[in-house]
Amino acid sequence: MAKITYIEHNGKSHTINVENGLTIMEGAVQNDIPGIDADCGGSMACATCHVYINDDWFNKVASKQEGEDDMLDQAYEPKKNSRLSCQIIVSDELDGLVVNLPEKQV
Amino acid sequence: MIKTDALIIGAGPTGLFTAHQLKLIGLNCEIVDNLDKIGGQCIELYPDKPIYDIPAVPECTGEELTNNLINQLKPFDIKFHLSERVDEVKKDNGHWNVKTNKGTEFSTPNVIIAGGVGSFEPRKFAPKECEKFENKSILYSIKDKSIFKGKTVSIFGGGDSALDWAIELSKDSKVNLIHRRDEFRGAQLSVNKVHELKDTGKINLFTNCQLKAVNGNDNLENIEIINNDKEVKKIETDFALGFFGLIMQLGPIAEWGLNLDKKTIAVDTEKFETNQKGIYAVGDICSYPGKLKLILSGFHEGALAARACFKLARPDEKYRFEFTTSSKTIKDRLGVKE
Repeated sequence: MAKITYIEHNGKSHTINVENGLTIMEGAVQNDIPGIDADCGGSMACATCHVYINDDWFNKVASKQEGEDDMLDQAYEPKKNSRLSCQIIVSDELDGLVVNLPEKQV
Repeated sequence: MIKTDALIIGAGPTGLFTAHQLKLIGLNCEIVDNLDKIGGQCIELYPDKPIYDIPAVPECTGEELTNNLINQLKPFDIKFHLSERVDEVKKDNGHWNVKTNKGTEFSTPNVIIAGGVGSFEPRKFAPKECEKFENKSILYSIKDKSIFKGKTVSIFGGGDSALDWAIELSKDSKVNLIHRRDEFRGAQLSVNKVHELKDTGKINLFTNCQLKAVNGNDNLENIEIINNDKEVKKIETDFALGFFGLIMQLGPIAEWGLNLDKKTIAVDTEKFETNQKGIYAVGDICSYPGKLKLILSGFHEGALAARACFKLARPDEKYRFEFTTSSKTIKDRLGVKE
């Protein structure tokens, strides 16, 4: 279990407990947190679960797999600290993780 | 006006198998899809990626699955309306009147929405001012390349579309190719060609850059791009082309009076009918307790929705369940000779 904070583009913050083994994307979708669409359901095929990871956390989450950067090319306003939240699996180590959501996903 | 027993919206795996089920039980159907090809997400998002969870198919790619489904439909005569998006669904005297953006009209008792997460539309540039120039000097697809002759064209993206067009247009135009990182995901051969054209001065390459702003009155005059170090560069250009792939948009489906839950349509699990009689939703777009977004679930949903269609298409006949292994009628429909 990890406490994950999702900050919407307008600054509104949501902190929830997400079970280990779920992805950051699933945590958001199951808890009705707005701003993560996840159209493809987590198959790394759409770039609509795009988030920004704060610098102090970016290197602590598992690094990108092959293909994630290709999808991020298609995301809305990708930055250096962009990730697809469907590719980050929650574990105790991620307790306190903060992710920022882009202005929109499409 | 085309009359049909059922109209399927979406030519992905679920739509295709639903068509198969309809034809097996003796109903006719037509299929509309906004893409220019059959296959939906399978063909657009992951044609080369292997899928491992289709029952009895240990491994196949999105393209192979699509081709197999098309093969399975071969015994049947099914009309596809590709590159058309259904815009209107209206009730008319117990039937549904369906209209596409190309003006094709259908009258049918059954509409089956197998639309994935909506229709595929191009991803657009982020700055809002881009809308003003859209379809004039800002484009997301190319219909007539002659308009670029002798002009400056700024192409954004890192996939095959961006690379191929940069190479092609560099013959007769001044080309800027702008991409958000150093690596390109397009074919290596094209990447090499682009670097070659860069070295001979045919293409200006800007990597680690993204579009920040667009300026101009009626026509685009210049664009501003920003790099990872937040340095802004102004580039004079006649056109800006964005190739960021496609995104699924629910689009007009939201206006058909259906019970929507976020981007999905609530259905029952007996007929996969929506809150509107005669409109069904199957595949990724439907939701019900326990819904799994798997292709195999879409097949099951389509099979049940097809049976529900029978009642409305043939109100005076009784549907009788039959197996393909033993039914003479079904074998006749399949053209199987015994």
